Amino acid sequence: MSILRATTLLLLATISIVPVAQAAQEVNLYSARKEKLIKPLLDRFTQQTGIKVNLVTGKANALLQRLKSEGRNTPADLLLTTDAGNLYRAQQAELLQAVESKTLESSVPAHYREPEGHWYGLSVRARTIFYANDRVDPKELGSYAGLTDPKWKGRICIRSSNNIYNQSLVASMIAHQGVAKTEEWVNGLVKNFARRPKGGDRDQIRAAAAGECDIAIANTYYYGAMQTSSKERDRAAAKEVSLFWANQDSTGTHVNISGGAVTRYAGNKENAIKLLEFLVNDESQRWYGEVNNEYPVKSGVEISGTLKKWGEFKADTLDLHLLGKYNAEAVRIMDRAGWR
Amino acid sequence: MHTNTFSNLARHLVPSVPRPDWWRGSVLLITLILALPVLVIFSFIFTPSGEVWRHLADTVLASYVTNSLLLVVGVAIGTLLIGVSTAWVVTATVFPGRRIFEWALLLPMAMPAYIIAYTYTGMLDFAGPLQSTLREWFDWGYGDYWFPDIRSLWGAMLMLTLVLYPYVYLLARAAFLEQSVYVLDVGRSLGFGPWRVLFRIALPLARPAIITGLSLALMETLADFGTVQYFGIDTFTTGIYRTWLGLGDSAAAAQLSAMLLIFVFTLVVVERWSRRQAQYHNSSRSFKPVPPIRLTRARATVAFLVCLFPLLLGFILPALQLLSWSIDTAADVVDASFFGLILNSLSLAMGASVIALTIALLMAYAKRLRGNALLNIAVRIAAMGYAIPGTVLAVGVMIPFAWIDNSIDGWMREQFDVSTGLILSGTVVALLFAYTVRFLSVSVQTVEAGLGKIRLSMDDAGRSLGYTPGRVLRDIHLPIMRTSLLTALLMVFVDVLKELPATLMLRPFNFNTLAVRAYELAGDERLADAASAALSIVLVGIIPVILLSRSISRKRPGEEYVAQA
Amino acid sequence: MLLKLDHIDIAYADVPVIRDVSLGLEDGDIGCLLGPSGCGKTTLLRAIAGFEKVKKGKIMIQHGVVSSPQLHVPPEKRRIGMVFQDFALFPHLNVADNISFGIRKMASRSRLNRVNELLRLVGLAGYGNQYPHQLSGGQQQRIAIARAMAPRPNLLLMDEPFSSLDVELREQLVAEIRSILKQEKITAILVTHDQYEAFTMADKIGVINGGQLEQWDTAYNLYHQPQSRFVADFIGQGVMMPGKVINSHQVDTELGVIDGKVPEGCEPGCPVDILVRPDDIVHDDHSKRVAEVVDKRFRGADFLYTLRLESGGVVLCLTPSHHDHAIGERIGIQHRIEHLVLFRRDNFVTHT
Repeated sequence: MSILRATTLLLLATISIVPVAQAAQEVNLYSARKEKLIKPLLDRFTQQTGIKVNLVTGKANALLQRLKSEGRNTPADLLLTTDAGNLYRAQQAELLQAVESKTLESSVPAHYREPEGHWYGLSVRARTIFYANDRVDPKELGSYAGLTDPKWKGRICIRSSNNIYNQSLVASMIAHQGVAKTEEWVNGLVKNFARRPKGGDRDQIRAAAAGECDIAIANTYYYGAMQTSSKERDRAAAKEVSLFWANQDSTGTHVNISGGAVTRYAGNKENAIKLLEFLVNDESQRWYGEVNNEYPVKSGVEISGTLKKWGEFKADTLDLHLLGKYNAEAVRIMDRAGWR
Repeated sequence: MHTNTFSNLARHLVPSVPRPDWWRGSVLLITLILALPVLVIFSFIFTPSGEVWRHLADTVLASYVTNSLLLVVGVAIGTLLIGVSTAWVVTATVFPGRRIFEWALLLPMAMPAYIIAYTYTGMLDFAGPLQSTLREWFDWGYGDYWFPDIRSLWGAMLMLTLVLYPYVYLLARAAFLEQSVYVLDVGRSLGFGPWRVLFRIALPLARPAIITGLSLALMETLADFGTVQYFGIDTFTTGIYRTWLGLGDSAAAAQLSAMLLIFVFTLVVVERWSRRQAQYHNSSRSFKPVPPIRLTRARATVAFLVCLFPLLLGFILPALQLLSWSIDTAADVVDASFFGLILNSLSLAMGASVIALTIALLMAYAKRLRGNALLNIAVRIAAMGYAIPGTVLAVGVMIPFAWIDNSIDGWMREQFDVSTGLILSGTVVALLFAYTVRFLSVSVQTVEAGLGKIRLSMDDAGRSLGYTPGRVLRDIHLPIMRTSLLTALLMVFVDVLKELPATLMLRPFNFNTLAVRAYELAGDERLADAASAALSIVLVGIIPVILLSRSISRKRPGEEYVAQA
Repeated sequence: MLLKLDHIDIAYADVPVIRDVSLGLEDGDIGCLLGPSGCGKTTLLRAIAGFEKVKKGKIMIQHGVVSSPQLHVPPEKRRIGMVFQDFALFPHLNVADNISFGIRKMASRSRLNRVNELLRLVGLAGYGNQYPHQLSGGQQQRIAIARAMAPRPNLLLMDEPFSSLDVELREQLVAEIRSILKQEKITAILVTHDQYEAFTMADKIGVINGGQLEQWDTAYNLYHQPQSRFVADFIGQGVMMPGKVINSHQVDTELGVIDGKVPEGCEPGCPVDILVRPDDIVHDDHSKRVAEVVDKRFRGADFLYTLRLESGGVVLCLTPSHHDHAIGERIGIQHRIEHLVLFRRDNFVTHT
C-alpha cells in the first residue's frame, strides 16, 4: 500500500474543496439560524442583487468564539443569531460595529434593536403557555408568575435550563422584578414540574397532549410547526393543546428576537447592510411567518394564517439586551433551584 | 555489490554521537503540534474563576461527576457483556447465521449515538407511536401503566452501549482469533470446560485487546454530548458546555475539561501500569486455529439470540425507523446538494483517516526503534484528544490557528504592507487537524497493537539483510500488519463520518457534511427530515465496516498468505 | 584476520555488560561464544552485528573499523548475515522470497539461481513456494540460514540457532550446518550455552563469564588446558581435588603422586587444586586402589560412575557400558592424568 501517494492525492483532493472567497460582490455570513431557515432568503437576495452570500451555520456561542479568535482578519461580515442574549454578548466582546441605515431604523421598532445600531431584530419569537384542553380551564391561567401556585403541582412540562430560551425567560424576569423575586418564582416552578426536564419544546407540547402533564411552556413556532405538520400524529397532538398568551395584564408575553449584526471588522460592510435591509423588507418579513411561524419585527406586515388564528397579543417591550446581561445570573438561579 | 572489501564503507561512517535522531525528533515535533489544543485548554487552568467554581461546587458539580461515573460504569458493563460474549460465540462456536453475525455485529458502529437516541425517543416516548398504540389498545391513560423511560440515565447507557459495543467486539474477536488451540488445549488438559477456558485462559489472554476496545468506547462515552443532552442527563460534558455558554465562563469550562482529561489520563496510566509486566505475545511458534464447537439446537438458539439482540436493537430497528422516515421526506430533502454532502463527508473521512494512520505509524515505529520514557509520554499525550468533547477541542484548535494566522498577517502587514488574512482558520486544514487530534488515539492504539505482535527479531533480520529502518517498516512490517492498518484506517473513517461538534464549529463557508445536515434538522426537532442524512451516514459507514470485518475474519497469522501459495 | 575485537567494553546506561573483550577470527573459521545465560555473549554478538554500540575499543571486519566509540556502522551496512534464535522468517513471504529478501538488487535471473542453489544446499529444493508456517522447525532453521547466506556476507552471525529445536534434530542439524558452512567457506560466529554444540560446530570457542572473555581457544585446549577455574568447571565434567606441590613436576594428592609440569611460581608445599576429568580415572580390577560406587549413570555407550575414595575424596569415572557395578560396590581404579591442570588455592590461575 503506498500510503504516501494516497496521502498526497487526498490532500490535493481536500484542498480543492476549500472555497476561494474572492468574488468582488459578496457577503460572508455566520448564522446561528439553521441553513434551512435562512438559505431560501439568501438565495433570493443573491438573485435580486447579484451579491453572493457565503454561509457558515453553527451554534451562536461557537460562532462568537470563532469571531473572537479570528480577530481583525475574520472573513465574517454579518452575524445572525436566534436570540438577543448572544447579540448582547457579541457586542460586549466588541465583535460588532454600529451601523446606520434609514431603512433599518424605520422598519425595526426601537425595542427590537440596539440604540446605537450594533444589532437589529429580524423576527420575533414568543415563549408562552400551552394547556391541555380537557384538563385545564384557560380561566385558571394568567401570568408566568401564576404557574408557581401549588395547584399546578406535578402538572408542568418545560425543557432543560440548558436551553437559551429558558435562560432568556428567567433573565427577563430578573430584569422586571429583580433576583430575589425571580429566584422565588423559579423555586416554585421547579416544585410543580411533572417530570425531569428533557427533550425539546415540541416534546413538552406532546407530553401535555398525551397527558403526562397539563401545562407546557414552549415557543409558539414549534406549536405552529406541529399544527401544520405533514405527520398526522403531530397535528393530532396539537389539537389536544391550546395556546395561552401569558402576562397580558402586566408586562406582556415574553418575546425574543432573531437578529443580525455587522461585525466589527466586516470587509463587505455595505453588502452586509444591504442584506440586513433585505431581511426586513415586507417580503422577507412575511417569509419568516410562512416558513417558521415567527412574527415579523416590522409592523404592518401581514402575518400567516396560522399566526392569525392565535390572535393578537401584547408582547413584552423590555430592552432585549437585558436578556444577555442577566443570562449568567439566570443560569445560577436555575442551578440553585435544581432545574436541570 | 559482492566485493569483499570495505573500501566503500568509508562513505557510511557516520560519527555516532552528534547524529540527530530524526525518528524521535519528528515524533516530538508532531506531538507538540497535536498537543496544541490540549495545551490551550490547560492554559486556562491558571485563569482565576474562583467564584464560578464555588457556585458549581455548591450546586451541580456533584451531579456532573456522579452521572458521568455512572454512565461510564454502565457503558463499560454493557459493552463488555455484549462485546465479549458475541465475540466469543461467533469465534468459538458454530450455529446457523454465524457467518452473517461475524460482520453484521459491527454494523451499529456506523450509527451515530445522537441519531440512535433521537430515533429511540421517537419510537418509545410517551407520545411516541408505541406507547400511543398501547394506550389505544388497552384504553390506558397517563399513569395507568408503567413503561420504561428511554430518556433517562439508563436509556443513555443503553443507547451508548448499543453503538459502542462494536469497539469491544472488534478487538476481542481479533484477539480470540489469534489464540492458538495449543494454548487453549492447556486449559482443556487441566480439565476445564469451554466456559472455564473462556474465563481462565481466553479472556485473560485477550485482556489487552479488550481493554483497548473498552477504553475507546469509554472515551467516546465521556465525550458524548448529543445523547446525554437530548436525554437531559447532566454529565461533565454537558456541564462544560453549560458553564461556557450559560455562565459565560470559558475559563471555568476549560478547567472542567482539564479535569476530565486528567481523569482519563490517570485511568490510562493505571491500566498500563497494571499490566506492565505481563507479556501477551503469542509465545508458541506453532499455530493452529481453534476449531469452533458445534452447538446443540437449544444452545445454538441461545447463541443466535445473544447475537441477534444487540444487532436488532443497535442497528436493524433504528435503521428501519430511519428508512421509514426517509421514505416520507426524501423528496423534500434529497436534492443536488445532498450528494455534495456525501462527497464532503467521504473526502474528510478519507483524508483524516490516512493522516491519522500515517502519524500513528510514525509514532508507533519511533517508539519501537527509539523508545524511551519521553517518547512514550509524548505518544500518550498526542493521543489524548479522544477524551476531549468535540466542542472543547474545536475551541482548542480555533484559538491557536487564528493566533498563528493573525501573527503571520501582522508580520506581513508590518514588513510588506500586505495582508494575508486567515490562512488556516476556517479551512479544511483546520478540520483535518481537529479530526487527527480527536481520533489519533484510535489509530495509535490499533497500530501499536499490530506492531507489538511482530517480534523484534524481524527488525534485526531486515537490518542484517541490508535494509534501513525505513525500508524494514515498508517491506516487512507494513505487509505483515496490513490488517491492523486497515482496521485503524476504517475505524477513524467511520468516526470522522459521525463526528459533529468540531465539524460544526470549524468548517469553511458553504461547506456541509452529512452529520451537520442531520444535526441541523434533528436539532430543530425535524427528526423525519433528518432521517435521510442520518441514514446516509449509516450507509456510507457500513461499507468500511463490512470491509473491516471481512478482513478480520480472514485474519489468522500467516493464513491469509496461504491462498497465494 | 577477518574479525577482530580489540578491548571491547559495552554498557547499557552505564551498567557494564561486556568488559575488555579481545579476540580474532581467521577467514573461513567458525567461532563460538559460549557461556551461561546472562553472561553477555548475545550482547557481544549483537555488537558485532551493529545492533549495540561499543563504549570502548573497536571492532574490525576485514580490517575496516565498524564499531568504536567514535563511529558506528549501522547493521545494514556491515555485510553480515544473521540467524536468529526464533529464525525470524517473514510470515508474509514464501520461502523463495524470504531467501531472496537480501539480494533484491541482483538481476532476477541470477537471483533465482542463487535461491535455488541455496535451497539445494540446505536440502530443501522444491520448497520455494511454501510459506514459513507450513514448515517444520528444522526446515525453518535451514531456510533462515539460507536467507542469511544469500547475499554472501563477510561474516555469518548465529544467535542460539539451535536452542528452539528438539535434541535429536539439533544434533543432526549442527553437524549438517557445519558442513554447509565449511563447504561454502563461510566465516561464522555462533552464540550458545550448549558446549557440545560448540564443540561440534566451532574451530575456536570463547568462554564468557560475567561479561569477560575467560579463554579464546580450541575445544581441545579448553577441555584439557582450561586457563581458569570457571572454564575448568564450565567445560566438561570433572572434580577439583586438593593437593600439595612436591616439586616442579610432582603433586601429592589423594590419588597419589601425580606427575606433570608444575608451573613456575608454585613453590613446593603450596596448596593447589588439580582438575580430574572422568576420563582421567580408569577402571582397573587389578588396581590396589579401590573406591566405592556412590552413584552411577547409564549413558548408552558408557557408564559415568561417581566414586568415593577411601580417603574420602570424590572422583568421576567413565567406563565402557559392559562394566556394570552396583552402588556400594568397591572397584579398582587407576589415574591416567596426561595433562596436569592445577590451580593454586589463592586462585592463582595456571596450568602445565
